[in-house]
Amino acid sequence: MSRTARLMMFVVAGGAVGVMLVLGVLDLPHFGSSFHPYRDAAVPAAVAHATSNVISSVNFDLRGLDTLGEETILLTSVLGVAALLRPAEDEEERKPRRAGSLLDMTRLFGYVFLPLTLAIGFITVAHGALTPGGGFQGGVVLGTGIHLLYVAGSYHAIEKVRPVEALEYGESLGAGAFACFGIAGALVSASFLGNILPWGTFGELFSSGSVLFLSCAVGVEVASGVIVLLAQFLHQAIEVESHVEAGKA
Amino acid sequence: MSALIAVALTLVALGAVAVVMTDDTSRQAVTLSVFGLLLSVLFLTLSAPDVALSQIGVGTAIVPLMVMLAIRRTRDKQ
Repeated sequence: MSRTARLMMFVVAGGAVGVMLVLGVLDLPHFGSSFHPYRDAAVPAAVAHATSNVISSVNFDLRGLDTLGEETILLTSVLGVAALLRPAEDEEERKPRRAGSLLDMTRLFGYVFLPLTLAIGFITVAHGALTPGGGFQGGVVLGTGIHLLYVAGSYHAIEKVRPVEALEYGESLGAGAFACFGIAGALVSASFLGNILPWGTFGELFSSGSVLFLSCAVGVEVASGVIVLLAQFLHQAIEVESHVEAGKA
Repeated sequence: MSALIAVALTLVALGAVAVVMTDDTSRQAVTLSVFGLLLSVLFLTLSAPDVALSQIGVGTAIVPLMVMLAIRRTRDKQ
């Protein structure tokens, strides 16, 4: 296809998409207006299921299947990264170079915030059904927070506390637990991911039925997934070199 | 509240321009991280703390870190 024909096609298709996008946006409820049909449906549904964080109710209860799909996306992306970033034939592992000196301030910051961040991560996962946050948010906080040990300490330190192989299992275990909850729901309540636990009292830690446990399963998966993901990148950046470089050195 | 939203929206727009205008890719990872933080402030003012939390974790920590490490590795190769 010639350049002009391609350009023509782009102008026609791009114009059509643009027009439809503008028409669609114009049809949306106005920004900041009080017309919220989805809220009016979701809030009573969440309250009826003793879940005070409506977002978690939507994620794990009302639309749990969507979340299962998203967790699978994360699982396969981490798998893909692990496959792509494994040392290639023309690369070999090397001993990580000694890190340069660190500012005392950086080290202090790291060691103060490491326990604080991990605690916030655990709280966010465990209270997913009650307050803002949940398995994904808390899992990300846990998975990144532990890397403060790399920032404030050394690569050696992070390598020691991060059992990548066990975490690979942890990641699949989290995703598997979510799917098992779904199947158990299908057997007990006749709908996939249907609730199988007592609803509990609204506003208490053990409320919201399966939401709390699904949130924890996602927390395990995401925290492990993030650590495994960053481990691949760190390994490539710090421990791997290609033969070309080695020859140069 | 709407004044706060307007300020947050403006900061996000400025931050996005700053990311695009940054020439050096490793510096871009830093501006991207700041942009992610501004975006999470916007989500917070729009009363979406759940999304703000995800945004802080993914947009200000993981993605810039991955970009940094990838750049470091590819620079080594050149």
